[in-house]
Amino acid sequence: MPSLFQQIQAGVIWDFHGGVHPPPRKQQTSQKPVAVMPLPDRLYIPLRQHIGVAGQLLVKPGDQVLKGQPLTAADNSMAVPVHAPTSGIVRAIMPHTSPHPSALPELTLLLEPDGLEQWRPREPLNFATSDKMTLLNRIQDSGIAGMGGAGFPTHLKSGVTQPVDYLIINAVECEPYISADDLLMQEAATTIVKGIDILCRLLNPKAVLIGIEDDKPIAAAAMMAACNQRENYLVRTVPTKYPSGGEKQLIQLLTNKEVPNGRRPVDIGIVMQNVGTAFAIAQAVLDDQPLLSRIVTVAGDTLSQPQNVLALLGTPVSALLDFCGFQPESSQRVIMGGPMMGFALADLSVPVVKTTNCILAPSAQELPADTKEMPCIRCSSCADACPASLLPQQLLWYSKAKDTNKLAEYNLADCIECGACAYVCPSEIPLVQYYRVAKAEIREQQREALKAEQAKARFEARNARLEREKQQRAERNQQLAAARQQQQLASGASDAVADALARIKARQAQQTDGAAGPDKAVIQAEREQKKQQAREYQQQKAAANTEPAAQPASDADSKAAAVAAAVARAKAKKAADSVKTDDAISPATATDKPAADSSTTDPRQAAIAAAIARAKAKKAGATEVATSPAPEISTADTSTTDPRKAAVAAALARAKAKKAAGHATSPEPATDAAAAEQAIEDPRKAAIAAAIARAKAKKQADSENS
Amino acid sequence: MTLLTALIALGSLALIFGAVLGYAAIRFKVESDPLVEQIDDILPQTQCGQCGYPGCRPYAEAIANGDDINKCPPGGEATIRKLADLMGVDAKPLDAAQTEAVKRVAYIREDECIGCTKCIQACPVDAIVGASKLMHTVLVDECTGCDLCVEPCPVDCIDMVPLSATPERWKWDLTAIPVKVVE
Amino acid sequence: MSFKIASSPHQRISRSTAQIMRIVTLACLPGIAVQAVLFGYGVLIQLLLAIVTAWLSEAAVLKLRGKAVLPSLKDNSALLTAVLLAISIPPYAPWWLVVIGTAFAIIIVKQLYGGLGNNLFNPAMAAYVLLLISFPLQMTQWLPPLSLQSVSLTPLDALCTVFSQYSCSGFSLSQLQSSIDGITMATPLDTLRTDLNRGLTLDESLQKPVFYGFAGAGWLWVNLAYLAGGLLLLQQKIISWRIPLAILSSLFVLSSIASLASSDTVAGPLFHLFSGGTMLAAFFIATDPVSASTTNKGRLLYGGLIGLLVFLIRNFGGYPDAYAFAVLLANMVVPLIDYYTRPRTYGHRPRSELK
Repeated sequence: MPSLFQQIQAGVIWDFHGGVHPPPRKQQTSQKPVAVMPLPDRLYIPLRQHIGVAGQLLVKPGDQVLKGQPLTAADNSMAVPVHAPTSGIVRAIMPHTSPHPSALPELTLLLEPDGLEQWRPREPLNFATSDKMTLLNRIQDSGIAGMGGAGFPTHLKSGVTQPVDYLIINAVECEPYISADDLLMQEAATTIVKGIDILCRLLNPKAVLIGIEDDKPIAAAAMMAACNQRENYLVRTVPTKYPSGGEKQLIQLLTNKEVPNGRRPVDIGIVMQNVGTAFAIAQAVLDDQPLLSRIVTVAGDTLSQPQNVLALLGTPVSALLDFCGFQPESSQRVIMGGPMMGFALADLSVPVVKTTNCILAPSAQELPADTKEMPCIRCSSCADACPASLLPQQLLWYSKAKDTNKLAEYNLADCIECGACAYVCPSEIPLVQYYRVAKAEIREQQREALKAEQAKARFEARNARLEREKQQRAERNQQLAAARQQQQLASGASDAVADALARIKARQAQQTDGAAGPDKAVIQAEREQKKQQAREYQQQKAAANTEPAAQPASDADSKAAAVAAAVARAKAKKAADSVKTDDAISPATATDKPAADSSTTDPRQAAIAAAIARAKAKKAGATEVATSPAPEISTADTSTTDPRKAAVAAALARAKAKKAAGHATSPEPATDAAAAEQAIEDPRKAAIAAAIARAKAKKQADSENS
Repeated sequence: MTLLTALIALGSLALIFGAVLGYAAIRFKVESDPLVEQIDDILPQTQCGQCGYPGCRPYAEAIANGDDINKCPPGGEATIRKLADLMGVDAKPLDAAQTEAVKRVAYIREDECIGCTKCIQACPVDAIVGASKLMHTVLVDECTGCDLCVEPCPVDCIDMVPLSATPERWKWDLTAIPVKVVE
Repeated sequence: MSFKIASSPHQRISRSTAQIMRIVTLACLPGIAVQAVLFGYGVLIQLLLAIVTAWLSEAAVLKLRGKAVLPSLKDNSALLTAVLLAISIPPYAPWWLVVIGTAFAIIIVKQLYGGLGNNLFNPAMAAYVLLLISFPLQMTQWLPPLSLQSVSLTPLDALCTVFSQYSCSGFSLSQLQSSIDGITMATPLDTLRTDLNRGLTLDESLQKPVFYGFAGAGWLWVNLAYLAGGLLLLQQKIISWRIPLAILSSLFVLSSIASLASSDTVAGPLFHLFSGGTMLAAFFIATDPVSASTTNKGRLLYGGLIGLLVFLIRNFGGYPDAYAFAVLLANMVVPLIDYYTRPRTYGHRPRSELK
């Protein structure tokens, strides 16, 4: 039995399960040379064009940039920078439709080329004498990410520490229509091989396997000729079958190994790079030319000149299509990527990015739009076509039922979304779409489960902390109380102030008792009310904002306007709230009037005062609402709508309170006077006195009301 | 006499089986999480109190004691289904009064915040940072969207904003993509 | 212009479910032709009746279920069910038999289970079993092949017989069933069973005119015609080779062993393969994708199980032929088979190693 390596050297090719044979349709583009596109008017450069995170932005709108100048900087290993594909001016940095199936906007840099093509200074490296770190940094700084479609950062894949047996160069290009890699190999085989040399220096593999589908004989011959000096570079032609260009499938084809589930190829000693990536590495290291452009196959029957185009990254798809003579149909589909895995574009201003290998503009006869989905007849053609040996018809069933456990049992996670199942389905069921939705749902659930776990941990930690603090406080209070008692014992005198304090405390306790157990309905009603207030406030704010615009001379200072708005807000709120406030609260309203008045002097103070006023009013409202039945709330509600009425009501309420206060003061004028006297000496004492007075007033009012 | 024999036979059989079952129950006892723990693990831990209980764990206890399983709006349908599985009851639709809302997080309008720390005290998961008299802000990643901070804010500067969609979290809803129509 | 959003893949193979069903129906044609020639035109009338009933009942149920009628009728699945049932029942069975059977197949077995793709049982075979159990007499009145018929029937006679059980010239069905010498004829499988029960040996029984060498007269040709249709389906990759091969080989192996062990009472493998509905069942009925196993290993098991059941029922059971029962019983275990024969997913270890 010859060893695996011997078998590979002998040229054995294995097979993988399933696969389909869609018509390749590559002739329309693979026979023509690569066309170079003139500079487009605008370049849309998404800040993130790979799997990972965007780099830190280095430029701002209005900046002049040179060709090849980095626009973002990679600040961690998952970041890959983007560069200016040509010299020009940064016009804007804004969200723009992303080249992603979702078409959600992502941060994109808009560059206007100046047509000068001025390069930044370049420093080519000699890769034979440079150390690995320098090379890896160069690869990362040149913005290279997997160009086969996934866009995984290349420096991570090339910087693995595990031993690597085989470096596989993926030049299979199994999707119909696409011939970008084919043309690259036909035209730049020697540069590609130099790129492979650099990868070999980084990875040190036993052998390099270059997988090319057998429908590209010219490219295979070119690669073979370029590799003939290197004996461990093995060019292998694989039979044309979709999806032999899938990473796992190509590994199985060339080495008969399977990547264990949940692991990466490097765990079994294999690293795979796309042939375009190898080319980009050679350019980055040997010419110091970062990834600025790529070959894109532009194909489809609605184009008069389907061809491969060397397009700058950021070129809008519309420009690319126009360059190839696009004559759209009435309900045109434009697909980014191949017909099997590509996604339809909603907007042609989407740019070409690092992973864009094909733009497809098919006619309706060429790729008919799907008709109505029929029921699954369990013919299991999909299972026969599945390269991962899954059971798509079962997965469909469980995806529709959202049965995540069963989906996991049937290994949905191993689906590579190649589309072979949906391609063969006689009932035209969009199977892959169902799986994608199910996968997204599962991912979301996992994310949520993780979040729930974190939230629970944080909640428990918080509870523990609160408990601890409570205990500490209790201990401290005890100590303090003990100390005070000792002091009191020592002095032997009882304190009237302490008495008053105790009484206030008792009252506060009463109040909180009343507010502690509010009815749910009441809270909701209150929320509703608050929302109403918020809306009013928003309107006022808007009014305040428009005012200075209308009268720039008188109200030029927006800060002053804000203060005015705050005052107005506070007053409005007060007016609204005071209707429902009971007599007991009127001292509070009385006190915040001067506060509100004084606020005009200082904007900050004004804001604080307004806030305090609102807080007080709110508290009053809360206590009132908590104790009073629903009808009153409704009156309060109606009163908020009419500020005039509210003001009148407020005035009435205040008058009543004053009367009550007057009653309160008459029985015990002496103590009040004493309290007033004390107030002059000590502001703190004064406050206490005021509180006592208020409490009394309330008591009085209560007895009167009853 | 035959009656007696039958009684004795059946009685002894009952005793024997009873003993075997009793022994098996002790011998093969399955150690598992107490029910409350399992329920608590299913609940989304937003601690929002929308179920009428002060937090997820109290609700878990209530479910274990027979309360309805359909009172958790943040968990939505998925949670109800899991709870139904665990409790061996039929899944019910979400309580009519409560609707499953889109995921939202709190956002503090920072220019209006007066630094009162009330929201910090209200937050069950310590997702708001700030100090007295200083502006507060919400840690979006930790916020569970429970709404509890909105109520205490004296100046109404907290909004609940829906989480913005990102390509990573996108759920492949192709019909929702706005298509640009070019004439 | 507006852009159309669709999910990948944007390209599809052009063969639809309706086409598959149509090709299967077309592949039945050689067998139907041979049946019509050898056993009389009754089969054509039955086909017509069955197809009309199938369409009407499908349309009625779809209407009741509030679903679009035309798309479902166009998928040809009701057509195929009707055809399979019509060619399985005796060609001169009374007209209401096939109507009841087809309506049962479409309404109860197919639509009440949720329509196309959701039925657990093969509709045609479930209906066949219903008829066989409810109307045993009518379901076993097969005429002898044309060469042995005492009276030859014109197409008009066939029509009269199906609707009145008497030919236009006034012969009753039992008279028609008699051979030239006046002995009532049954199917070869039925004859053999009766003879064996009466104590005759296999060789004695095979001397009767209803047998033709190693197989039943006429039936050999019918089976060969269905075999040809089946091979066409295989060539068109519409059915998987696994189910027919498993059925035929398990039947072949079991009957070989049994006939070697007891050559007087058990017919040989060739007799079993070319008698009754063997080929029809192996290529057309058991391969119905909806009710058959869907995994490769499962299909072998499923076919093998049908072969075993057919052998057992034919030789030891109460009915002369057994495909309907065998297929229904195998349908029942399909979910189990499918569950335990899931293929190993790429990158996963075999299930046996996981335990």
